[in-house]
Amino acid sequence: MPRPRVMIIGGGLAGLAAAMKLAELEEVDVGVMSLTPVRRSHSVCAQGGINSVNELTRQLGDNEWKHFDDTVYGGDFLQHQPPVNEMCIWAPKVIDLMDRLGVTFNRTPEGFRDHRRFGGTLFKRTAFAGATTGQQLLYALDEQVRRWEAAGTVTKYEFWDFLGPIIDAAGRCRGCVAQDMVSMEIRAFPADAVIIASGGCGAIFGRSTNSVACNGSAVSRAYQAGALYGNGEFIQVHPTAIPGADKLRLMSESARGEGGRVWVPRTPQDPRRPEQIPESERYYFLEDRYPKYGNLVPRDIATREIFKVCVQEGLSVEKDRPCVYLDVSHLPRELLDRKLAGILEIYEKFQGVDPRTTAMKIFPAVHYTMGGLWADYEATAEGRLVIGSPRNQQTNIPGLYAIGECEYQYHGANRLGANSLVACIFAGLIVAPGVTSALQSIPGGLAAAQPSSLFDGACRQHTEQYKELLARPQGGANPYTLHQELGRSMTEAATVVRHNADLAAAYEKVCDLERQAQSCSLFDCGDWSNQNVVFARALADMFPLARLIVKGALERDECRGAHFKPEFAIPDIDSAEPESAGRQAEQWCDRWEENNRRWLKSTIARLGPDGEPQLTYEDVDATLIPPRPRLYGVTGGQVIEEVWRTRQRKQELHKDQLI
Amino acid sequence: MGATTYETSMPQQEKSPAVKAALTPRAFEVRVLRQERPGRPSYWERHRVTYERDMNVISVLQRIAEQATTIEGRKVAPVVWECNCLEEVCGACTMVINGRVRQACTALVDRLLQEKPREIELQPMRKFPVVRDLCVDRSRMFETLKRIKAWVPIDSYLDLGSGPRQSPEVQELAYLFSKCMTCGCCLEACPQFLKIELQRMPGESDEQLHARRHDQYTRSFLGAFAIGQVELFNSNPIGKTDAAERLDALVAEGGIQVCGNAQNCVKVCPKEIPLTTAIGRQGRAATWHVLRKWFDR
Repeated sequence: MPRPRVMIIGGGLAGLAAAMKLAELEEVDVGVMSLTPVRRSHSVCAQGGINSVNELTRQLGDNEWKHFDDTVYGGDFLQHQPPVNEMCIWAPKVIDLMDRLGVTFNRTPEGFRDHRRFGGTLFKRTAFAGATTGQQLLYALDEQVRRWEAAGTVTKYEFWDFLGPIIDAAGRCRGCVAQDMVSMEIRAFPADAVIIASGGCGAIFGRSTNSVACNGSAVSRAYQAGALYGNGEFIQVHPTAIPGADKLRLMSESARGEGGRVWVPRTPQDPRRPEQIPESERYYFLEDRYPKYGNLVPRDIATREIFKVCVQEGLSVEKDRPCVYLDVSHLPRELLDRKLAGILEIYEKFQGVDPRTTAMKIFPAVHYTMGGLWADYEATAEGRLVIGSPRNQQTNIPGLYAIGECEYQYHGANRLGANSLVACIFAGLIVAPGVTSALQSIPGGLAAAQPSSLFDGACRQHTEQYKELLARPQGGANPYTLHQELGRSMTEAATVVRHNADLAAAYEKVCDLERQAQSCSLFDCGDWSNQNVVFARALADMFPLARLIVKGALERDECRGAHFKPEFAIPDIDSAEPESAGRQAEQWCDRWEENNRRWLKSTIARLGPDGEPQLTYEDVDATLIPPRPRLYGVTGGQVIEEVWRTRQRKQELHKDQLI
Repeated sequence: MGATTYETSMPQQEKSPAVKAALTPRAFEVRVLRQERPGRPSYWERHRVTYERDMNVISVLQRIAEQATTIEGRKVAPVVWECNCLEEVCGACTMVINGRVRQACTALVDRLLQEKPREIELQPMRKFPVVRDLCVDRSRMFETLKRIKAWVPIDSYLDLGSGPRQSPEVQELAYLFSKCMTCGCCLEACPQFLKIELQRMPGESDEQLHARRHDQYTRSFLGAFAIGQVELFNSNPIGKTDAAERLDALVAEGGIQVCGNAQNCVKVCPKEIPLTTAIGRQGRAATWHVLRKWFDR
C-alpha cells in the first residue's frame, strides 16, 4: 500500500515548519518544492524578531489575550478571531521550540532570552537573534528538514516552478504540475494534499522589500484554478526602507525599537550634514504627533506620516528623491553593535555611509501582503482552534491548503511588526495534524489510486502552454519593461494613499498591460535553464492578482489599517470646547459604527470567466473582542474613547436586561 | 585560480563631488563569461550598460536581461544568474566579479569602476559546475551539511519548554557561525577545494549518476564553511550529542586534514565569519577525537 504524499509549495518558515511537523507525524512522504534552494527563501530577510508574551512581560501585566488584543486592534479587526487567539496562545511555545532547535536568540546577562519592543504594543514582547532573526529561524527549520531529508522522509524539489494544482472532476486537489527550472522538464506530482506556502507578492509592485522569488505566481495559479483570495487590497507599506536601483531594502523596525528616532530638518532640504543640524532645528514629527507610541506607532501610520511630511509638507531631506532621517547615531555604539549590527551593516554596505555616526535616509516601501488565499478553520465554542481539524488552513478547494504570508487569516488590515514569523511557524505546525487527519478518509482514495489520465492530462496541458510560449513570434512587448510599468502603476495608485480616480485608471492600465503581456516576446527560446520563460510566465500571472488588489481597493470606500482613502476618512475632533467636542465625538462614533456595519467584512475575490475578479464580502468572526475605534494619534481620541465606552456599557446593560 | 590573491577590502578614499562627477561615466562595459549548458565551451560577451545612481551588479544584470543585445548590436539570450534577497543574507548571488569572488548584490558599480575604470568583468564561480552562464550548481554544499549532521537533534517538536539558558558570550560566538549563508565564497577561494563535475556515462540512469556524484562528494574536501558549522553545532548544548559523529566526518577522507592553511576563506567571507578560528579549534578537537578513539579501542 503506497504511503500518502503531501507536496509543499515554498520552503520559507511556514513551508519548512509544515514539512518537519508532517515528517515527525510519520504517516506521509513529504515533498518540498521551491523556486530557490529553501535555505535562500525570503524568510531570511525578516530582521527584527518574533513576538510572544514572555515571563517578563507577564509580570508587567501582559498575557496571551493582550497579545491577541494588540494583534486584532492593530489589524483594525479585519481578522476572524479564533485563529488569531490560538496563534497568540501558541506564540510562547513556538519560540521555546525554536530555542530548542538552536536559534541564537540574544541573551540577557543572566542567560534568558532578551526582548525588545516593537510597533503597536507597549510591551517588550519581541525575541530576536541579532538583526537577522528570520534568517536564524529559517536556518533552524532548514536544518531539521535536512535531517528528515537525510532520513528519506522528505524530498526537496529546488529550482522547480509550481505551474498549478491538479483538480479532479469532483473538485478535489490531487496533486500539482511543476517545471524543473534547469532541465525544463514538466512533471505531474500526484499528492493527497498540496500546501501552498509561497509567501507574498511584492514583485507586483516592481521594487519592494521582497526577494526576487516573491512574485505571487503560485498563489495566482491557485486562484486561477478556482481558489478564493481574501483581502487582496491590504498591502503593508513598511515605513523605513533604503531606496535602491534593484530593490528597496528593509531597515527594520528594531532600529526604532532600540531607540532610533525619525526626523526631518525644520528647514526644507537643509544642506548641512544631519549631525551638524542642532536639536532645535530638527522636527521629530512622529514623537510630536503621537506622544504615546512615539516612533513606534503601527506601520501604516508611520508610513503615512513619512509620506505626508515628504510629499504634502515638502520637508523631504532631498529635493529630487523623497526621504526622511532615521537616526540611531545618538545610541551607544556598544548597543548598536550588539543588537543592530546586521541591519546597520546593510545600510553601510549599500549606501557607503556609517549609520552609527550619520543619520540614515529612508522612505516607505511595499513590504507585506496581508491578504492572500482564503483559508478555513474550525473553532471551539470558547474561540480556540480545533487542532487536528482537516479544515484548518484549507482553501475552498478540498486538499489544497495555504499557510504563511500567502494566506489571509492572521493580520487583518495591517500586520504588527514581528507577528509574521510567529504566524508562519504556527500555521506550519498546525496544518500538519489537520492534513494527516484529512488523509485518513479521502473521498475516492489516495492520489496514487487515481486514473493516470488525470495526471497525464494536466501535464499535457501545461506542456502545451509552455511550448506555445517558446514559439511566440518576435516583435511583441518586452516582458521586463512591462513589469516595470506594472510596478509603477501599482505603486502610484495602490499603496500609501488611495484615490478612486487613480485606482480606476490603474485598473484600466493593468488590464491593458495584461493584454500586452499575453503577446510579449521572449529573448530566449532555449530548452535549458530558461529564466526568460519562467519570468514571462510569472509576469502573466501577476495580472490576475494586480487586478483583484486594485479592484478590492477601488470598491472599499473607507479607511482601514493599511488601506487609506482620505475621501472616506472620518474627520478628527477639531473643537477644544468640551460640549461641542462631545457632540463631535458622538457623531464620530455614529459614523464609525455605520462604517463598520458596511465594511467590517473581508473582501473575497473569485476569478470570473472573463478574468474579472468577482468580489463578495465575508463577515468577520469578532465574537471574542468587540471591535473598537482604532485611535492611535487621532486628535480628540480621548473624547471619542469615552463616548465609545459609554455606548459599550449601555449595550451590555441592554443585553443583561434582555437575559 | 593561478596568481589570484585575496585581500580584505580596503576602504576607498572619499572623493570630492567634482572629482566624482568627472569620474562617473555615462555608460560602462560589462564583460560576461557565458556558457550555454554543461559540457559546452564558455565564451566572453560584451554588453554596454547606461550608468545610473546606486547601481549594483544585480541591477546591471537586470539591464542586460532587458536589453538582450550585445555591444556589437547582436540579439542574445539574457544572461542567466541566480539571486534572491538582494541584501546579502540569502547567499544566492555569488559570482566572480573583477576577479574576486563576492555577492553580486553588494558589489556596487561605483566601487567596481574605481577598481577598474569603465569595465566590469563577471564570471561564474570556478569551483562548481556551471549550469548556465553565471549560474552554478552548489548542491554539493547542502550535501555536505548532511555529512556533518548540521542540525540540533531534539526529541520531538512537541512543547517541552525552552532551550537551555546561555550566556550572551556563548550566544554571540554561536551567532558568528550561524550567519553562514552557504554562499560558497570560502570554497571558491580555497586552493584545496576542487571542482567536481561529472558527465553522464553511456547508459547511466539518473539514480546511478546521482549515486556516483554523492560518492565523489562524500570523499572530497568539505571546506571551511562546513568546519564552521561543526564548530556551531558542537558548541550547542543539545547539538553536542552528535559531536563524535561530526568529528568522525571531520577526520574521514576529505576531512579537516585536507586544509592547507592558506587562510583565503576568512578573507573572502562576506559575513566575516572567523573560519580559521573554527579550523584551528576543530583541528585540535579532531586530533583528540582520534586519540581518544585509539585509546578506547
